[in-house]
Amino acid sequence: MEFVARHPNLWSKKGGVAVTKFEEKQPSVSVDKLMWMYEQMVKIRYYEDQMVEAYTEGKSPVFNIGEGPVPGEMHLATGQEPAAAGMMVHLTKDDTVTAPHRPHHHAIAKGVDLKKMTAEIFGKESGLGKGKGGHMHLFDPEVKFSCGGIVAAGIPHAVGAAMANKMKGKDWVAVAFIGEGAANAGAFHESLNLAALWNLPLIIVVEDNSYGISVPKTASTSVESNDLRASAYGVAGAYVKDNDPVAMYKASEEAVNRARNGQGPTIIEIETFRFLGHFQGDPELYRDKEEVPGLRARDPIMKLRQQLLDAEHVNEPELEEIETRAKKEVDDAYQFARDSDYPKPEAALDDVFTS
Amino acid sequence: METAKKRMLTGNKAMAEAIAQEMENDKNVFVLGEDIGKYGGIFGSTQGLMEKFGPERVLDTPISETAFIGAAIGAAAEGMRPIAELMFVDFFGVCMDQIYNHMAKIPYMSGGNVRLPMVLMTSVGGGYSDAAQHSQTLYATFAHMPGMKVVAPSTPYDLKGMMTSAIRDDNPVVFMFHKSLQGLGWMDQLDYAVGHVPEESYTVPLDKANVMREGKDVTIVGIQMMTHYAMEAAERLAQDGIEAEVIDLRSLAPIDKDTIINSVKKTHRLVVVDEDYRSYGMTAEIAAIVSEEALYELESPIKRLAIPDVPIPYSHVLEDFVLPGPDKIVETVKQMMDEA
Repeated sequence: MEFVARHPNLWSKKGGVAVTKFEEKQPSVSVDKLMWMYEQMVKIRYYEDQMVEAYTEGKSPVFNIGEGPVPGEMHLATGQEPAAAGMMVHLTKDDTVTAPHRPHHHAIAKGVDLKKMTAEIFGKESGLGKGKGGHMHLFDPEVKFSCGGIVAAGIPHAVGAAMANKMKGKDWVAVAFIGEGAANAGAFHESLNLAALWNLPLIIVVEDNSYGISVPKTASTSVESNDLRASAYGVAGAYVKDNDPVAMYKASEEAVNRARNGQGPTIIEIETFRFLGHFQGDPELYRDKEEVPGLRARDPIMKLRQQLLDAEHVNEPELEEIETRAKKEVDDAYQFARDSDYPKPEAALDDVFTS
Repeated sequence: METAKKRMLTGNKAMAEAIAQEMENDKNVFVLGEDIGKYGGIFGSTQGLMEKFGPERVLDTPISETAFIGAAIGAAAEGMRPIAELMFVDFFGVCMDQIYNHMAKIPYMSGGNVRLPMVLMTSVGGGYSDAAQHSQTLYATFAHMPGMKVVAPSTPYDLKGMMTSAIRDDNPVVFMFHKSLQGLGWMDQLDYAVGHVPEESYTVPLDKANVMREGKDVTIVGIQMMTHYAMEAAERLAQDGIEAEVIDLRSLAPIDKDTIINSVKKTHRLVVVDEDYRSYGMTAEIAAIVSEEALYELESPIKRLAIPDVPIPYSHVLEDFVLPGPDKIVETVKQMMDEA
């Protein structure tokens, strides 16, 4: 339960890697917040498990990506729950979140309307985008959530939201979630320079799930971890090891406080696990067969569950109650999506412009 | 007898005045881009704004078009009304993802739940030997793709009125201004770059073409510099007894079909002039519209004048050869009339 913080002031003084271990200095994490995180993580996991099933419908015996109730590409976040839950526990609906093509965990933890989100993924009229966006393009202005299918492109949008917050004199923050592959795109570097230059309340969370589709991080990235790149822009960085929910909580807490207090941007990189393929249907020939079982043995949800029990914060029936509640919410959302109507075909012509 | 003295402004001062008035009206309006602060914009579109509104609302950015155009999108989604300047339209290549995959598509993909009330203003046009990477208009490139209103005003009056409309519009608007029509001291001094502009705020619609000159013999459709060249050509043709009707398209998307069709129904001849590449461009689009909706009104085949599908060359003689001008328009119309 620790994370490594790198501070730009230490960098410049010592001209090298300044590492501070924070575990003892942090205030203890509140049980209520850990329980909230646990519930979100359970909900995300169950949501993605249900999506595996729904996505498979109509796609056998022949896998055709365009068939079934959920067509198109499907990128699931099973195993990556701590990044979303550990950050979102510190945010309110006034804080902005942008997410990439693998967005369900962020959307759920940010409080996006689960029924409308699921209906959108099923291409229904009652969806967030009336069936025009799909799983990679979810927009819920009510909780300031958006995502998109172009790698790194959501970072500038978060910069803009952070600008708007500053112009309005609010202490709201903006968080851009990206995969580790996106840290090699121009938008990442342009955005960090701009956000640092203007001292904006921006946080970039880099979820390192080891692969950009099939290419391992070691073959794509010149530094060991992307928080090291913070020094290039004079911003703070933090590294969270082992997909640890509590360490993510702590690193995020510090970054959010920094942003709210006008102390500028932070990059957090979290080592996370992609239990599934890049997308559903990915044959995953690029990774060792033993890898995923090894990662699943380090399941962050089981880890947090055990931590809560060991610390005698909560008992088994209480956890089961949380799990039941989370699953029901997901089941209701899927039912709503399945029961909803498809849009009228000619609705394709609406919403290009608003009048 | 009292003579009303009309106030004359250059194109860039007309634009800057529109922005200043909207910034006074609405605190959510702000401007960002390269050299738009103290410099006042390389083409003068933001002159005086920094002095008036300060660096909090007039933001000089680093050379990071992806970041600052993307930031304008993010700020617009939060209810701000940003105006971002892309210095030359030719620079679109480094940031087209933000412009097209995000600015133009987010309102649609969100089912109308997200509005992006922003203006992307950018300079276009050649004719001053700036060569292939600084002379394009790319009208059709932007107008081709749904989700953006694309306008290109030709007069100081329209530059102000359409900028005011663009800022107040709840949709993303690509506002193209022609460098030669800005009234810059360091370019050719053209009469068309100066015109009457009322001091008070006013709007000009973003979806209406303007009949600049009425005529009965031939319709010439142009935009920005090509409109002015068409007007010059029309004056010369009138000396030979040919009365040309000149339409300033003003808005590429949405396109005002009615004004074009109505004119063709009157003149029965059509010439389209464009400072963009010929293939798949604005001339082809207008020819297609007229073919679909008014083919039997035509007394002779439609003629198109545009850049002949080569990058814009540097040397004067080469550039003059590829850019349409008054001589080519006169020649084309006369040929058309002779063939009839």
